[in-house]
Amino acid sequence: MLSNIAFYGALETGLIYGLVAFGIYLSFRVLDFPDLTVDGSFPLGAAVAAMLIIAGWNPWLATGAAILAGMAAGAVTALLNVKLKILNLLASILTMIALYSINLRIMGRPNVALLMEDTVLTPWYKLGLEYYQVPVLLFTLVIGVSLFLLWRFMKSETGLAMRATGANARMARAQGIATGGMIVLGVAVSNGLVGLAGALFAQSQGAADVTMGVGVIVIGLASLIGGEAVITPTSVFRALLACVVGAIIYRLAIAFALNADALGLKAQDLNLITAVLVTLAIVLPGARVSLMNKFKRRKA
Amino acid sequence: MITATDLRLTFGEGTPLENPALRGMSLTVNQGEFVTVIGSNGAGKSTFLNALAGEVLVDSGKILVDNINVTKLPTHKRTGRVARVFQDPLAGTCEGLSIEENLALAIKRGKRRGLGTAVKKQYLERFRSSLATLGLGLENRLTDKMGLLSGGQRQAVSLLMASLTPSSILLLDEHTAALDPKTASFVLELTQNIIAEQKLTALMVTHSMKQALEVGTRTVMLHQGEVVFDIAGKDREGLEVKDLLNLFEQQRGLTVDDDSLLLS
Repeated sequence: MLSNIAFYGALETGLIYGLVAFGIYLSFRVLDFPDLTVDGSFPLGAAVAAMLIIAGWNPWLATGAAILAGMAAGAVTALLNVKLKILNLLASILTMIALYSINLRIMGRPNVALLMEDTVLTPWYKLGLEYYQVPVLLFTLVIGVSLFLLWRFMKSETGLAMRATGANARMARAQGIATGGMIVLGVAVSNGLVGLAGALFAQSQGAADVTMGVGVIVIGLASLIGGEAVITPTSVFRALLACVVGAIIYRLAIAFALNADALGLKAQDLNLITAVLVTLAIVLPGARVSLMNKFKRRKA
Repeated sequence: MITATDLRLTFGEGTPLENPALRGMSLTVNQGEFVTVIGSNGAGKSTFLNALAGEVLVDSGKILVDNINVTKLPTHKRTGRVARVFQDPLAGTCEGLSIEENLALAIKRGKRRGLGTAVKKQYLERFRSSLATLGLGLENRLTDKMGLLSGGQRQAVSLLMASLTPSSILLLDEHTAALDPKTASFVLELTQNIIAEQKLTALMVTHSMKQALEVGTRTVMLHQGEVVFDIAGKDREGLEVKDLLNLFEQQRGLTVDDDSLLLS
């Protein structure tokens, strides 16, 4: 079984990746815009927050700046697509590659440590909780607030216009919705959330690293698809909840897989496990239906 | 009121597939008129409608809606004046959204969208009473997903959505063509009722000469991107399909060879 520390550690990263899953839900599901920018905007958020904290900024302000940086990155991807008519996937790859250089420029070196710096977590350690419980508490609050705001936004006039843009762009235009503007706004908000995730990740891990974004898109997608397999997204609220639940389940599954000695798995097998989990998450819901049909037929 | 003057548009100019869709099309539709538009395949009916809606921009010519020049405006900036129902029943509504959400999108057509709740309580009564006029029982299914409705039901809701907020012109692009005959006549009747009740100005493209003469107040026939004849009022009364064909032959010295025009 998992130790307490491993369990809370999995929860902590799961909650952070829940924010990434929100972002991916916005781009992939709501806007139908396959956006790989997140592999760059995650370390961008981390780099911006880390550098500003080291420069003496209030950690919450630094985190806010990370959100804005992420939004700017997302806006660039969307504008490449909307204004220059570059294929959405390719546009996001271009931004992602560009961000690698930009992140190195921001930090001035491949990684920056935040040891001994005040982070958003610092005041919460004084509450008397175990040190490994503190990030879980704070990140639960952050993700709760984000979920509520996103949910309200999706129900708003602008949010509804955004959902229509992704679902049926011609109909959206006929209703007077500037679909290009909606794509820019949506992809920006999506990457803002990922920037926030990167900023929190850097502060809880005590470092920002230029390579920390590799595979974020896969983990986010794994969380999204896994969550949808557990909670059928029949409403916006359930879809958002599925993102959080999926991200936590994903991290717990990874932690279990790595902890189970009998399986003989090691940390370097992480990406292999991810690929297997994503495949299972995609295949299983379909398999469940066909199994149930078989069962029904036998009964009949 | 709509005034289209000398519209020209060529698809794929300078390529082997060059296709002049509009060749100097001019048409004025006055307030309160219900114009039916006919023409064989490739006559430019859909292109003309798309040009009015803003989905395609014309190469030259001028489009005025209520004396405002909209020639260069993209679709979403025209929607305050131009409402539209598509041929494909799935195109006019969003299947992933509920009926009330679709209507809430339409009630804001051409207006600013903010951060307030989209489906406001004060809308619901209006949604219910307009849906009730359809007689499909949809007024009790406001929160159902649009995807659960049949093609005919969705087309009826599309029509409702197009008439929920006032517009200078309603564009109907063969909006009954993809429906079975019974549903098609239901949607057509509904169209006539809505246009009559709200005194809408409308332009309806149809593939059926019979329908073109039975419905509306004026009939326009397009051929090769131009208007070949335009009849209204007394001239139009009592006119039959064979009269239309004669008219067409007189005008052009051509015979209509598009079977679907004659048979439907």
